[in-house]
Amino acid sequence: MEPIIIDGTAKTPTVKFDSTTGVMEIKGRSIPENSIEFYKPMVDWLDEYAKSSKDQTVVNVQLEYFNTSSSKCILDVFKKLEAINKGGSKVLINWYYEEDDEDMLEAGEDYESIIRVPFKMIEIVE
Amino acid sequence: MSFDINEYYKQLNEGEVLLSYKGSITSDLISNVLEVIEEKLEDLNETSKIRKKVYNVLVESLQNLFHHIDELPEEVRGDMESKFGVLVVSRVDTNVYKITTGNVVTSGKIKFLKDKIDKINSLTADELKDMYKFILNHQKLSAKGGGGLGLVDIARKTGNKLDYNFENLTSEYYFFNLDVTIS
Repeated sequence: MEPIIIDGTAKTPTVKFDSTTGVMEIKGRSIPENSIEFYKPMVDWLDEYAKSSKDQTVVNVQLEYFNTSSSKCILDVFKKLEAINKGGSKVLINWYYEEDDEDMLEAGEDYESIIRVPFKMIEIVE
Repeated sequence: MSFDINEYYKQLNEGEVLLSYKGSITSDLISNVLEVIEEKLEDLNETSKIRKKVYNVLVESLQNLFHHIDELPEEVRGDMESKFGVLVVSRVDTNVYKITTGNVVTSGKIKFLKDKIDKINSLTADELKDMYKFILNHQKLSAKGGGGLGLVDIARKTGNKLDYNFENLTSEYYFFNLDVTIS
């Protein structure tokens, strides 16, 4: 299965999804006006990955900003991960937030309370 | 016309204005505004906490305009550009900012907006969090990418009440003004 590798822009994050390692990364800013287009390939990719997932799947989410349009798409990605976690792979979501960014920590906790996947909140100290 | 947009815009530009704009709200405009404001906030040496809040609220405010501005009939539009909106970002005090947005809405939307904002303003921080999570988990994104979360998110991040009013333009069209304070 082909990996997803997308370079970040001012409005969209860097994305790396690799089925051979089971490591996925979303990093940067996610503030496009319409996020559906941007996130659809990731949701589709996870559907494919679910069929032959690694024993362990690690998802690193390190966002500096994300808008409310992205927040729903990120939830869709997490829902796929929830299904994968129920299936053959142990999933861990590492949610990174910058020191003092309580809003970003709280956003991670919102997802943690909705999605049945283990989360680890990781503070980035400068 | 009972409400004068140019006069209103002039009044908004009093005080310490970081950026003011009236015209078409496009994707490129949003990118440019965000870039300019990010640089200005860096120069002002505000805390990263307030910079992030201003940036976040600005993204949601602009994208609310982008998603919800209606095309207006010729007689209402006058000299306004298509997708016309107003944005003013001002610094009220150290670590206190105000973001004002304005756009024309049909009279049919007033009740929906009033009800939504009054409801948001009546909620505590915990209730806003619950409302946010409920909408996040239960409401689908529109085809345009809006999710009905923008105003809830703004209220949650600022911790302040949303201040709004509707000014009459014609019998069918009103100017919707929204003031958000970040402190």
